Amino acid sequence: MDAIGTYFLNIWKAFSTIAIGMRVTIGHLFTPSVTLQYPDVKLKMPERARNRLYVNIDDCIGCDQCSLACPVDCIIIDTIKSTTDQDLGVTSTGHKKRLHVPKFDIDIAKCCYCGLCVYPCPTECIVMTDVFEFSEFDRHNLIYHYSSMTSPEIDEAKTKLKKAEEEAAAKKAVAAAAAEKQKSDQSKQGS
Amino acid sequence: MEELLRSFLTDDFTWLLYILLAALPLVFILLFALVAVWTEMKVSAHMQDRLAYMYTGPHGIFQPVADILKLLQKEDARPAAADKILFTLAPFLVFIGTYAGFAALPFSSAYIGSNINLGVFYIIAVSSIVVVGLLMAGWASNNKWSLFGAMRSAAQIVSYEIPTALALLVAVMITGSLNLQEVIRFQEGGILDWVVFGGPLPLTQKLLVIPFTFTAFLIMFIAGIAEVNRTPFDLPEAESELVQGYNTEYSGMKFAIFYLAEYANMYLVSGIAACLFLGGWASPFGELMSGPVWGVFWIVAKSMGFVFLQIWIRWTLPRLRVDQLMYTSWKVMLPFLFVCIFFVGLILVL
Repeated sequence: MDAIGTYFLNIWKAFSTIAIGMRVTIGHLFTPSVTLQYPDVKLKMPERARNRLYVNIDDCIGCDQCSLACPVDCIIIDTIKSTTDQDLGVTSTGHKKRLHVPKFDIDIAKCCYCGLCVYPCPTECIVMTDVFEFSEFDRHNLIYHYSSMTSPEIDEAKTKLKKAEEEAAAKKAVAAAAAEKQKSDQSKQGS
Repeated sequence: MEELLRSFLTDDFTWLLYILLAALPLVFILLFALVAVWTEMKVSAHMQDRLAYMYTGPHGIFQPVADILKLLQKEDARPAAADKILFTLAPFLVFIGTYAGFAALPFSSAYIGSNINLGVFYIIAVSSIVVVGLLMAGWASNNKWSLFGAMRSAAQIVSYEIPTALALLVAVMITGSLNLQEVIRFQEGGILDWVVFGGPLPLTQKLLVIPFTFTAFLIMFIAGIAEVNRTPFDLPEAESELVQGYNTEYSGMKFAIFYLAEYANMYLVSGIAACLFLGGWASPFGELMSGPVWGVFWIVAKSMGFVFLQIWIRWTLPRLRVDQLMYTSWKVMLPFLFVCIFFVGLILVL
């Protein structure tokens, strides 16, 4: 096309394409908005979304499997053995609880939301929830303490275990002494 | 209006009268800026299927007020290497240039800041001071982005002033006056007497002149957008390349004044277009709904229509390249305007 033709074609194209664009924008001016007013209205998370971890400590048997599975070591669990006179009950899945759990800490700042801790749990007490708003001003507030035991309870459990161990050790010592005695008696008789 | 106010005051207090009359457009600009900022944000948001601010008052209508309060509290920062005097002066000069234009802009048949015979000429001349202010801001900031922005702005405003002035000339040729009040009185006979539709000329002349007035009106509107540095002609600001252009280094109230000047300029350009081509404060129904009070309504409504159009275009089109900008001005608008002026002149003479 000759130069003058392109010149007028360009002008025509400019106006026609602007008109197309303006028709699009004015159309969108009257379509309802697609955004949510976030803090007031929240988008529903997908059913299997992985966000903040939650531990139902009543069901925890202190097996430490979640802690071992964690690739970033953000779960720290301490356990105290229960003594024979204590009955810690059973979990909702029917497992017998044999260990006190004085410490079950999750450093959620380290957590990578892989979900690997969820699968090994025999009692299904550690789960991913859909809570995602838990920012804090201090990093230390992101270490969640899930254990329900108070420090007197922990001390009590510890002393009880110590006592039981001492008793067991004493019994063992007595038994050992008895066995020794029997042995020496036998050797005396033999000589 | 001047006579009305004069009757309340004794001769000793005429200075008060002048201050009052001079301050009226300022009050209007401040109110307009609040409304325009809100409208701009809301329109842009809804065009992108968003909602924009919703918290401060119903649908965020108090957000501009909150913004101003925030700007008032901001630190008035100035770069250490900036030229102190020019840096401080620049935003005020930009605003003065714009505000001086309001002096000759009619708001109603009863109110115009200064009813001078060379109104149109005066507005075009005085609004060029803005360029000086922008260059000053860019230079004094001692920042390469600011300087680039200022250079572009100067080049753009100076080259687009020519199409604007020539487009206005088409309207002035038909109305035969540079006084904006006279120009509007000429178009008082209703919507068909507006200059876009050929003005109150004899029918054959009117029909012949309509294509040219319409072209001139369109060019005037496009050149007006370029004069106020708005998208698609926002090269001086160009936030994706120049941070913020000439006002990169400005903060607090100085930035607010730049912003205010931009919105005031938007209204000024719209107001001039409305006065010259769409009958200003004249009612579209002739005698019906005319008068000084209705006049304010009509001119503000027409100008706000233009402002809305500017916002609409801004949120539709991307930015032009520098060469496209100059091409549009010198190679497209100017030849078309020469043709318009020639044929309008010919039709009017014959």
